[in-house]
Amino acid sequence: MKTGKQSWMYNQGVFVQASAAVTGPKEYQGPLGQTFDYSYENLHCDEKNWESAERALLKKSVDICMSKTNIREDAIDLFISGDLLNQNVSSNYVAREIPSSFLCVFGACSTSMEGLAIGASLIDSGNCKNVLASTSSHYSTAERQFRYPTEYGGQKPDTATSTVTGAGTILINGEASDIQVEGATIGKVIDYGMSDPLDMGSAMAPAAADTIVQHMKDFGRKPEDYDLILTGDLSSVGTPIVKKMTEQSGYDIEGVHRDCGLMIYHSNQQVFSGGSGCACSAVVTYGYILQQLKKNNLKKVLIIATGALLSPTVVQQKETIPCIAHAVVLKRADA
Amino acid sequence: MITKENYAKEIKKYQPKPKLFKNCLKAFIVGGLICVVGQALSVMYIELFGFTEKSAGNPTVTTLILISALLTGFGVYDRLGQFAGAGSAVPVTGFANSITSAALEHKSEGIVLGVATNMFKLAGSVIVFGTISAYLVGMIRYLVQQFL
Repeated sequence: MKTGKQSWMYNQGVFVQASAAVTGPKEYQGPLGQTFDYSYENLHCDEKNWESAERALLKKSVDICMSKTNIREDAIDLFISGDLLNQNVSSNYVAREIPSSFLCVFGACSTSMEGLAIGASLIDSGNCKNVLASTSSHYSTAERQFRYPTEYGGQKPDTATSTVTGAGTILINGEASDIQVEGATIGKVIDYGMSDPLDMGSAMAPAAADTIVQHMKDFGRKPEDYDLILTGDLSSVGTPIVKKMTEQSGYDIEGVHRDCGLMIYHSNQQVFSGGSGCACSAVVTYGYILQQLKKNNLKKVLIIATGALLSPTVVQQKETIPCIAHAVVLKRADA
Repeated sequence: MITKENYAKEIKKYQPKPKLFKNCLKAFIVGGLICVVGQALSVMYIELFGFTEKSAGNPTVTTLILISALLTGFGVYDRLGQFAGAGSAVPVTGFANSITSAALEHKSEGIVLGVATNMFKLAGSVIVFGTISAYLVGMIRYLVQQFL
């Protein structure tokens, strides 16, 4: 049901049945390494090229997610997925192996929550029973598409982020479980005039702040109502900016905010200002966060996946970077 | 108060500043060391293989390119580049790295449309401006010689 200006409340009850987080080797070495369902030992994920490696990650996350439930593959009504590559190839190619309707979405690194919000909405409305929502990203496919060849010796500034190699999948339906998808706030495209593709934290922070503030207004809530407000990939540059911007709008998130991009790697892993990419928010949320909710260590969290909607071609034509952020509330059903 | 208008200015304090002096120093040292290797190779070709000071240039550059291409393939040169910046980008080894890395990257699309089409993707601009500036400097030199 529409709530406030940009938000949806899932009144019929939408619940998480299973999820899976799959990563590459560097993420496994990070602080959350043990929380992932599977981590490949090499960046190639035993495939011939980077693009196949990303598909392997995505397929693996779908397979693991499905293996955790007794819902059969043909009972899935809809598969929603998106990634960073042109034409969303990773998702489209993995979808040809999944015997269900398919919606392809693109929200750059906000895709994880975009897919989950759409899927939950379709379950809430009764149009779907079981929905599978996925997303993926790979360090090397993103480097090639958005930056330079992986072995090119260019120097990156400290504001740059490092794309997370991984994929996350979540299975939701209307049958009661421990974790409920309570509602979502769909972001607007926000552009504050930043144009440096090697500083996406600065570009995305206003979009994240806008969605957080809108969410609080729409639901009539305060940051303290959440145990955790988790942004996707603002990194060490965007994090203080989003705190400042939400604070000046009257919502101080300082005490409850964390950023997936800062949680996924150790500071000595040479990732510049932190992790980014579609998989960043996906593997942290569908791994660690859902586990914490299940263990009752967290009761109610707001996940804000942040996306920089840039194209290398358009940025070279001196355009700025439009950004977006989508928020989803995950909570314990008994909370 | 951060607004859309003053955003770029207001957030400057949150963006880490480029370490200009440290980067320049690292570039100077690494770039210098690459030149020392080049000089050593040149001396080797003159002393051991009978090249003259002038003719030793070609085998020296070729050897540096080979070393750089190998280091790129072994995944070392990109790390050196992150450390040294212009120090490893400006010498001929940086040029070789840009070609080798593009060739490696596009290997998956085949020899012709992948490797051959894309290997000069980054180096192309160096070739274009190198040729233009060589032409211009050559013309200036020719004109100066004519009139002076």
